[in-house]
Amino acid sequence: MTTPPMGTPLVGGDTVIELERVTKVYRTGSISVAALRGVSLTISQGEYVAIIGPSGSGKSTLMHILGCLDIPTSGRYHLAGEDVSRMSETSLAEVRNRRIGFVFQQFNLLASMTAWQNVELPLVYAGVPRAERRERAVEALGRVGLAGRIHHRPGELSGGQQQRVAVARALVSEPDLILADEPTGNLDSVSAADVLRLMGELHAAGRTLVLITHDVEVASSAGRVVGIRDGLLTENDERYLESIR
Amino acid sequence: MNWLETIRTGVNGVRSHRLRSFLTVLGILIGIAGVIIAVGLGEGASGQVTSEINALGSNVLTITAGSSTSSTGVRGALGSASTLTLADANALSSRVDAPDIKAVAAITSDTEVLSAGSETATTSVQGTTPSWLTVRGRTLAEGRFIDNEDVQDHSAVAVLGATTASELFSRADPLGQTVDVNGVPVTVVGVLTSTGSASTSSSSTSDPDDLMVIPISTGAERIFGGTTRNSVTQIAVQSRSSQDLSGAYQEADHLLLQLHGITNPTDADFTITSEQSLLATNTSVDHTLTILLGGIAAISLIVGGIGVMNIMLVSVTERIREIGLRKALGATPRVIRRQFLVEATFLGLIGGILGVVAGLLGVLYLPGLIGDPISTSPTAAVGALAIALAIGVLFGVYPASRAAALAPIDALRNE
Repeated sequence: MTTPPMGTPLVGGDTVIELERVTKVYRTGSISVAALRGVSLTISQGEYVAIIGPSGSGKSTLMHILGCLDIPTSGRYHLAGEDVSRMSETSLAEVRNRRIGFVFQQFNLLASMTAWQNVELPLVYAGVPRAERRERAVEALGRVGLAGRIHHRPGELSGGQQQRVAVARALVSEPDLILADEPTGNLDSVSAADVLRLMGELHAAGRTLVLITHDVEVASSAGRVVGIRDGLLTENDERYLESIR
Repeated sequence: MNWLETIRTGVNGVRSHRLRSFLTVLGILIGIAGVIIAVGLGEGASGQVTSEINALGSNVLTITAGSSTSSTGVRGALGSASTLTLADANALSSRVDAPDIKAVAAITSDTEVLSAGSETATTSVQGTTPSWLTVRGRTLAEGRFIDNEDVQDHSAVAVLGATTASELFSRADPLGQTVDVNGVPVTVVGVLTSTGSASTSSSSTSDPDDLMVIPISTGAERIFGGTTRNSVTQIAVQSRSSQDLSGAYQEADHLLLQLHGITNPTDADFTITSEQSLLATNTSVDHTLTILLGGIAAISLIVGGIGVMNIMLVSVTERIREIGLRKALGATPRVIRRQFLVEATFLGLIGGILGVVAGLLGVLYLPGLIGDPISTSPTAAVGALAIALAIGVLFGVYPASRAAALAPIDALRNE
């Protein structure tokens, strides 16, 4: 596989994620725990994939690997054509900055900063000039319907609005992949539906989304559902989905 | 991410915890203010001593009566005995016996209440000879000094120090006015030039401008009274040059022992001191004081630095989610390290600036409270600021490395 030059936009059909027999083993003293036991997964540009599994299934570990927050023990991981499975921490930070937008369960907004300052953070680390950062942050907030809230601090916003700010932050750097980890876990049903609708809109706009959840209802909003159990993936397994419902 | 952004992020980190940041820098603030005041006190004190010593005249030895050992073996206090006489002073003036001695001034002194009209002043009155002026290295602002005729005739004339003159006569011209000393009216014939070393807070006895000079004979016969009219309190001796000072010392010592019939020098009933030895003693005392105060300030600075490190470590632990998030969004370990280093340095800088301000305020207002001069030292201020910065960097390195080394998943997992 060739690595496309930096900044080349991916087109529909290109592979965004390619996992090949990825394992992750945690060692604590003499005890080894295999959280992932040979996972292969391919996700194309424009797909909306939900990864569903109960706690302890290896779901969080898979999310960390997909998000380049951790590296696999063995196997290969190509993100947008780039092999990221053996990268240094500094290179991984750059890959995260350039290619991935995160949405977390806890929102993870910085309380002392306003909405637009939170949204511009990825651009700060990317070295984008100040004026352009602000312009793009305000634009991203507009896309999530918070144009009137750019100067509000997280404490002045509802949970649903805070998660929208987080989505704007994930969008602002135009990443190849938006990785949402239980994005509705801390929201009431109305706000949760609201955020899922927003995700659907992003999918419709051609974004690649991976949604990690334990909730089948949430997972069903995605076009493709991948189950994870005991560190292995199962796809199109109705009985599994039924069993965790 | 460039340095400007890093600094902006670090400064915002400090600003979002104002109270805690202020309490953190308090230690550095006190340390820096302490350094500036300690150095200022030391320099101020040695400056004062130097100017006071200079005012006493150069190349001068002071021979003081006393220090005789009584039959019970108790050494008397300086000036307590009346063992020095006018004859001693005359002997020291001899070109033959004491070739290194240029001038000799015998001095009898006492504290008297002076009155002129409705004004009164308590002042040191010194009875002496015309050579006093050169021996003490003083000059006249107006009028004349006492002369040999005054001494011969026991004239009721006096020369006033600048402070005394202004106390008694305010702005009026004191020349020709009459001052009442112990019931004896004396006429003011001259006023000494101010030495400029008098500090307003000094006690009157150490102010070289607060005195009255009268002929030694007038003092002995008409003012001081007492039993031994030939005895003097002090003999001030001026050598021909500073190189001749030790020669003058030996000649005076030898001559006086001979005159007093003392064979064992340890039994001497007089003490010879040089201003240089006083200066050396005082300077070394001041030096010790400066080192002591500076040491305390330095300890305070180290404690302040540890305070910064402590708070930075707390801050790293407390902001573990923030660090995780920043890393997830693309902050490299180097960027995180710089951010926390900038925060610590900024704390040090704030502490340093506030400390310099507090120190300078102290230098400005403390002299009025404690009565000692404190000099401002730009070197100390700049040095202290540099130290504060260095402390911020030094004690920020470890917490910043801790923050940089955090794994993003561990940092994000933290609830």
